[in-house]
Amino acid sequence: MDIYTRRKFLLASGVAGAGALAVGGGGLLLSELLGTASSTPESSKKLVIVTLYGGNDGLSMVVPYADAAYQSARPGLAYAPEQVLHLDDSYGLNPKLPGLKRLWDSKRLAIVQAVGYPKPDRSHFRSMDIWQTASPDKPIGRGWVGHWLDATNAPVEAAVSFEPVLPPLLAGETRSGACVSMGGLKLPSWVGLNDLEPLGKRALESGLQAQAANAIADLIRADRMVRQASLVTPSEGPDDLPPLPAVGTGGETTLAGQLTNVIHCIEAGVPTRVYSVSLGGFDTHAAERVGQERLFKQLDESLTPFVERLAKTAAGQHTTVLVYSEFGRRVAGNAAEGTDHGAAGPVLVLGPQVAGGLYGQPPSLTDLDDGDLRATTDFRDVIGTLLSSVLEADPARFLNGYPHKQLPLL
Amino acid sequence: MAASVALLLRRAGFGPTSAELSDAIGRGYSATVSELTTPTARDPGAQSTPLPNLGIDPYNDLPNPTKEQRAAADVKRGADTEALHRWWLDRVTVANRQAVEKLVFFWHGHWATSIRKFGSPQWMLAQHQKIRESADFGAMARKMVTDPALVYWLDGQLNSKDAPNENLGRELLELFMLGIGNYTESDVKAAGRALTGWRVDLGVPQTAIFFRDSHDAAEKTVLGVTSKFTATSLVDFLATQPACPRFIASRLWFRYASAEVPIPPVTQDRMIAAFPFPNLMLKALFTDEAFQATAGHLVKQPIEWFVGALRQLGIRPAGFSSTVLQEMLFGLRSLGQMPFAPPSVGGWPSGAAWLTPATAQVRFALAARLAEMARPPKLTVEGLADTLAVDTWTDRTYAALKGVSEPRRMMTLGLVSPEYLVT
Repeated sequence: MDIYTRRKFLLASGVAGAGALAVGGGGLLLSELLGTASSTPESSKKLVIVTLYGGNDGLSMVVPYADAAYQSARPGLAYAPEQVLHLDDSYGLNPKLPGLKRLWDSKRLAIVQAVGYPKPDRSHFRSMDIWQTASPDKPIGRGWVGHWLDATNAPVEAAVSFEPVLPPLLAGETRSGACVSMGGLKLPSWVGLNDLEPLGKRALESGLQAQAANAIADLIRADRMVRQASLVTPSEGPDDLPPLPAVGTGGETTLAGQLTNVIHCIEAGVPTRVYSVSLGGFDTHAAERVGQERLFKQLDESLTPFVERLAKTAAGQHTTVLVYSEFGRRVAGNAAEGTDHGAAGPVLVLGPQVAGGLYGQPPSLTDLDDGDLRATTDFRDVIGTLLSSVLEADPARFLNGYPHKQLPLL
Repeated sequence: MAASVALLLRRAGFGPTSAELSDAIGRGYSATVSELTTPTARDPGAQSTPLPNLGIDPYNDLPNPTKEQRAAADVKRGADTEALHRWWLDRVTVANRQAVEKLVFFWHGHWATSIRKFGSPQWMLAQHQKIRESADFGAMARKMVTDPALVYWLDGQLNSKDAPNENLGRELLELFMLGIGNYTESDVKAAGRALTGWRVDLGVPQTAIFFRDSHDAAEKTVLGVTSKFTATSLVDFLATQPACPRFIASRLWFRYASAEVPIPPVTQDRMIAAFPFPNLMLKALFTDEAFQATAGHLVKQPIEWFVGALRQLGIRPAGFSSTVLQEMLFGLRSLGQMPFAPPSVGGWPSGAAWLTPATAQVRFALAARLAEMARPPKLTVEGLADTLAVDTWTDRTYAALKGVSEPRRMMTLGLVSPEYLVT
């Protein structure tokens, strides 16, 4: 099956009259409709980056249930061995992650343990900046995806975020990803998005003003692309596709809503290579168990149907998902049944191409760095692996000189 | 001269009306700077919008609320929060002394505390009042370190002698007083210990309450100085560190001059000389030649953009129905800047972060709603620039506006134009 066959679409029921989409009758190439088709078909490999903001407590996610040091370090917070979803004789997933356990059983979930970087920084902002720029030594002004966008001279649709504010990850020096917010306010009848188009043209003006104009031009372009993607459904694939994650109130700003937009775009053959989505609220200094379980439930219920659906469609086959947070948390719980900012934590890599299993040396709970887990895998090895295997790029160019070790995840 | 005064008013306040701008041009640049930074004159606009009286938090004295009590308390909190938002948006719109209100907004972003963690508008209002009433930075820091909203936001109420929680101590050093790189991890731990013993009460929004038994009264070493630091002596000590005025000057520069260009050392020194008085630090900034050189280097934050538009279009939030107010707040939230709810203790982003396709989309819809409410008269392209205090249009925008005959559509395009967004 070649790339063009995979990108044929039937019009979804009820939208047959929708302007350009009706052209050509039955099957249409979305990239042609959008004018983004190129003579050399670009790779179908895609990366979906899920950022967990706030510092996810990795020890409550991938629980070392058999370790006595774990049970004794966290009274009131530790999970008993019979509560967790066993991965092996030592580790188990949080009970609120049954979907991820299913993905584990079908070998689509890889867990890299104790991922971090030298001299861990416990500031949310600095540590997130380090992860998103892949530069632990000094602050730099562009994200690692942004760097890749710069180097490949990528068009705006190459990287798309469904968050209201562009994450530093997608910001390059000369290029940046698009931020497409699908929810929002309705326009009055006397004005339409087309009225905005002339303001997106180039003019003789300052750099920031030019960026404001570019944002308008990119909005028009990305909005057309994503809206049209949501109007088409794939022409092939099994009838029993897992349903899209339900979109709760709050619309597309929920993780489920963001991932629904991603799946629409992937299945419609939109040429985006990197998607950025996020879930916040992991800063659990107090009453962690209740708060984090609620977040895990959201993560599980959004991510599982997403990955299962990827596996069942041709368009989704080559999509890989990365889940990370800026740091883990301190091994010992605090008196408020929460945990303070820590260091290394697990990173999840999921998808149809992933070789499931545990990777990296397990963290020691007794040989600690000032109360925190020591990293056994540098996060740049994970990013480098994805740059090389998914984005088909030379990792050395985008890791600021760091010589990465390829992990056998993909 | 007209352009430099316009830049001054756009930066010092939320966005001047055409009448305010022509008055200021008449008085001249230095007289305008003096007036802006000597905040003692009468303010009829502010006097007509006194702080709301929200009464007592409905959850006060309800340690174990029933389902019904909880529902009733949530309704009251929702109404109180709406009243707080309405009051503040109205105050910043009608206040004559715009520089005062803008500086309070600056400090809100600096001590970035979000109502979303604790839900009590009474706490939020009390914190706001403290910022407003502080004579200088040192006094403000002393009030803030025991402010219930800030203490709870950073888990200070859980910080005790036996189980230190360093969250508040860390942010005090990193984000509020010294800036990253000016302390070590051991200073963070020591600062956390100095801040132990404070708990909060919903019925007492004025201050956190000190519990001597859970305070760590032993000696701590902060930045090489060993003392039995308490919350107050710690912030007093930090305010005397050279890093503190340097950090505050750079933060003021970041929001009033440019988030892209670093503060020139000469400008920074002039501002430091006026520490701890923020209005005098701003006076030093506004009269420094580096300030005018930042024209075109600052992106209006969404709240600045929105309030400026309300002022220039003559729209008063006091008159909004509840539905319209909620719609406007939804717009601000979608733009990424909800008042009283910064995304994190790091405050709101800046610069190009506001110039994404996603914000362009929301801004467009919000601008159209404002234009619909204002029902502007038919304007020329030049008249639109005058109303919106824009110096000049580029050829692109001029051409885009020239062809528009519908006044509401023309106003909408003016409000989302790159020339209006960047100052």
